[in-house]
Amino acid sequence: MPILELDDLSLRFGGVTALSGLTMEVRKGELLALIGPNGAGKTSVLNCISGLYRAQDGTIALTAADGTRHPLHRLPPHRIAALGVARTFQNIELFKHMTVLENLMLGRHVHMKGGVLSGGLYLGRQRRAEIEHRRHVEEVIDFMNLEPLRSREVGNLAYGNQRLVEMARALALDPAILLLDEPTAGMNAEEKESMARFILDVHEERGITVVVIDHDIDVIMDISDRVVVLDFGRKIAEGPPEEVRGDAAVIDAYLGRARGDVA
Amino acid sequence: MSLECGVFHTRYESDMELRPRPAQRIRLGVLAVFVLVFPFLAGPYWLDLANQIAIATVGAIGLNILVGYTGQISLGQGAFMAIGAYSAGLLTLNLGLPWGVSIALACVITAVAGSFFGLPSLRLKGLYLAIATLAAQEIVEWAMTHWTAVTGGTEAIVLPAPRLFGVRLNSTFAFYWFGVAMAAGTALFAANLFRTRMGRAFVAVRDQDIAASVIGVNLFRTKLLAFATSSFFVGLAGAMIAYYRTIITWERFTLDTSIVYLAMIIVGGLGSIRGSFFGAALITLLPALIANAGRALQDTAPVVANLLPYAQQAVFGVVIILFLIFEPKGLSKLWGNVKDYFHVWPFAYRRE
Ligand SMILES: Nc1ncnc2c1ncn2[C@@H]1O[C@H](COP(=O)(O)OP(=O)(O)OP(=O)(O)O)[C@@H](O)[C@H]1O
Ligand SMILES: [Mg+2]
Repeated sequence: MPILELDDLSLRFGGVTALSGLTMEVRKGELLALIGPNGAGKTSVLNCISGLYRAQDGTIALTAADGTRHPLHRLPPHRIAALGVARTFQNIELFKHMTVLENLMLGRHVHMKGGVLSGGLYLGRQRRAEIEHRRHVEEVIDFMNLEPLRSREVGNLAYGNQRLVEMARALALDPAILLLDEPTAGMNAEEKESMARFILDVHEERGITVVVIDHDIDVIMDISDRVVVLDFGRKIAEGPPEEVRGDAAVIDAYLGRARGDVA
Repeated sequence: MSLECGVFHTRYESDMELRPRPAQRIRLGVLAVFVLVFPFLAGPYWLDLANQIAIATVGAIGLNILVGYTGQISLGQGAFMAIGAYSAGLLTLNLGLPWGVSIALACVITAVAGSFFGLPSLRLKGLYLAIATLAAQEIVEWAMTHWTAVTGGTEAIVLPAPRLFGVRLNSTFAFYWFGVAMAAGTALFAANLFRTRMGRAFVAVRDQDIAASVIGVNLFRTKLLAFATSSFFVGLAGAMIAYYRTIITWERFTLDTSIVYLAMIIVGGLGSIRGSFFGAALITLLPALIANAGRALQDTAPVVANLLPYAQQAVFGVVIILFLIFEPKGLSKLWGNVKDYFHVWPFAYRRE
């Protein structure tokens, strides 16, 4: 059953075509990998899903747990987040001057109540809400082994840890679907392995649907259920990892441009 | 939250308190005693300065909510203080409302005006937004001086003295208590705000607005709320000036005022409540200290003394530049360094 359906999506920036007539689906509960050479349009797909880019043509539909369909291509980012779509960024976008804890508390934003007045007065209800959601955040901290970093300012953390915090912040939202843009980029082999482990745990233990973009083909082959390959904003292949790996069009796309790490 | 050597929290509730450590409680106690004793020891000159600091603290916290915490630059501080002052005064003069009611309404009116002038922030950032708020400043200045039917134009508006249980509240001694209560209330409100949901959203918008939106923060609402919240307190500061001086003149609310307040929060510390207070105190005291230095030097070095009044603006500028160069995080950071030193004392290492 699809949780996300992208239908005939086209996105252009002036003369540059980022996506052209892209149709693909994300099935509920799967771990889908989105791969392709540099500039293929992978990040653009995530940006369209999370509402940061508006496609000129096509639709994106999200099917919620209760069966309602939501037209994501017409909603602003914060509404999409409230529907349970969480993500990380290729270039890590954290709230640098806040602590790990505060970053994760922002992950609870859509689930919490409370405006300026109730916050400033900090009376019973707001106080209880903060404590209740803090509990929730502590669970995520526990899950991602972030205890020692809890009170550290995020901007001062090592790169690999920042990636973990960004993923933890997305998890704090309790997402139905998690979009990860190159979560292992810039990591060493050991860090990559533990990140892959976390992604698998998120998927298996928490039952979250995951879409992951990555250039490390070994990681992708290890963890994904299904792979979609993009090139020049089009889908050129999709299927189980082993199958896609041997696909002539895929090899061509990567070798033809003489880059990427496809083996 | 960092802990003193040997202090551990076992419940989230205690970890989440504003002043969780014994040393912080003691400092707060000392401050409270000082604030209570001060007016009985100080003469009217120092009391007046204290009152000015209290008002400036309210205004600086208000501005810091917008600029320091939410990252939206504003050159309209003077305008928003003016809206607070004129509203508070005119509501009483024209509608006969009690001064307390007028002040409360003035805060709300300024909040509404603030969110209106904050509309450009939805499209504009940084310097462009600064120019848009400058326009707000110019419009309000023009209205103050030219909309004679309402504001009295360049003439001063004289207000009746505010009274509480028969006591005149605009004497330096009586106003001190009102001013301290307002400043403390504003500080407490802001401190609470920034440890809860909406305050975190303000800071998130400042640090990374795109990430904020995809985690579920409504940028449109949050920015307007920041303008409204900030303007509420800025309006309060304006209304306090009106009833402290019982006279409202447009000269108090010019672009100069906007810049002086920006100086306060930069010198004190952007995104810091105690920094807002430090900055308000320093910028308020600086001219007084320079003037006192001038009097002290009158006999020994009359030449220097006569030059000092002219040097005031220069000293002001130099202090700000020194802060920008040597401690961009302001007095708040310096104070933090001092505390850190004692935090781990007698050990020489620093905490994280
Ligand atoms: N905001 C933008 N403005 C202009 N062009 C853009 C923008 N975002 C993406 N593009 C263009 O769209 C195309 C697809 O970019 P996208 O970032 O989606 O690729 P990608 O597959 O994520 O690449 P990479 O592997 O390098 O991250 C590229 O040609 C890119 O230059
Ligand atoms: Mg990309």
